[in-house]
Amino acid sequence: MAAEPLLVAENLELSFGSTTALDSASVQVHAGEVLALMGPSGSGKSTLLHCLAGILHPDQGRVTYAGRDLTAMHDNERSALRRSEFGFVFQFGQLVPELTCLENVALPLRLGGAPRRAALRSAAAWLERLEVSDVADKRPGQASGGQGQRVAVARALVTRPRVVFADEPTGALDTLNGERVMQLFVAAARDTGAAVVLVTHEPRVAAYSDHEAVVRDGRVRTREYAR
Amino acid sequence: MTVGHALLGLLEAGPRHGYDLKRSYDERFGHDRPLHYGQVYSTLARLLKNGLVEVESEPGAGPERKKYAITDAGVSDVGAWLAQPEKPEPYLQSTLYTKVVLALLTGHDAADVLDTQRAEHLRLMRDLTRRRDGGDLADQLICDHALFHLEADLRWLEVTAARIEQLAAQVRA
Repeated sequence: MAAEPLLVAENLELSFGSTTALDSASVQVHAGEVLALMGPSGSGKSTLLHCLAGILHPDQGRVTYAGRDLTAMHDNERSALRRSEFGFVFQFGQLVPELTCLENVALPLRLGGAPRRAALRSAAAWLERLEVSDVADKRPGQASGGQGQRVAVARALVTRPRVVFADEPTGALDTLNGERVMQLFVAAARDTGAAVVLVTHEPRVAAYSDHEAVVRDGRVRTREYAR
Repeated sequence: MTVGHALLGLLEAGPRHGYDLKRSYDERFGHDRPLHYGQVYSTLARLLKNGLVEVESEPGAGPERKKYAITDAGVSDVGAWLAQPEKPEPYLQSTLYTKVVLALLTGHDAADVLDTQRAEHLRLMRDLTRRRDGGDLADQLICDHALFHLEADLRWLEVTAARIEQLAAQVRA
């Protein structure tokens, strides 16, 4: 019997003005699983990711994380949860340009109150895991696009989140660099047992997932959860 | 013919027995479809007849004791073959197109046909991705080729899905 899903969205509705972004969208992801949210631009896949991560609040419907109703939480409770249990990777690494790559990776640990040396040690291990130790002392601007994304993945994983949300993480990279990022990212996430919610419109990137959910016009077309 | 050229190309490295030739072919190019011995020997017989290979027999030799060597004509034949571009295969997998049009004509959900196919394509892409990432360089090249083709199919599926209502209107008109 399959375990309970870790993260569940049920019948999410969300409109921006007169534009319907989500129309009864439902999806679920289990611990240790990689779910790809696919679909054309403007289909609502990123909006769905933002609702799953508690960044956006749906007009209707419910998001449940580990049995807790995300949609019913207070904002600061949700923010705390995001910091401690979720990790994020975006299309452009969104690294802090003034910090070195190592300090960028250590940042979430520092913000969580970890002592500086322990945070830097842990960050260095993650840079090594993502094969970018050579840019540790460089600023993000001095690293290549592929290196920057690996640093961003290291930063997302350093707090050992239970869910990593990735929105087009290879969108700005060429094929080979994008694949290397995905290989290292998915392998590292699987090692930590984290679930991954991956937004992508690229089938080759989606091929790193265990399941896909296709979003079109704010609805989830495909639900394939055979386990 | 590809098998003939492949065998000739393998012989450029040096003379070989038919058995060795089959083995190197299977290792490099056979994958799911190893050559039959019959095909190896009939291909070699044809290459022999066309003067592209010659036989270096060993004493008391049956057919399996024959060693084949490439001739000068064979070498230039391989060169010409390599210089020739392959015909691109630009056309749609016709069964899928037929299914979509028929679904629209008969009032079935054509989007379901596309969704089912997408899931199947992605399943295969996952297998190929795993095989590529765990494989040697030859695996990587072969799997990448397959992956790019499947990706092209999937892009067609997406565009068709986006146009399904227009297409339905035209098909039923």
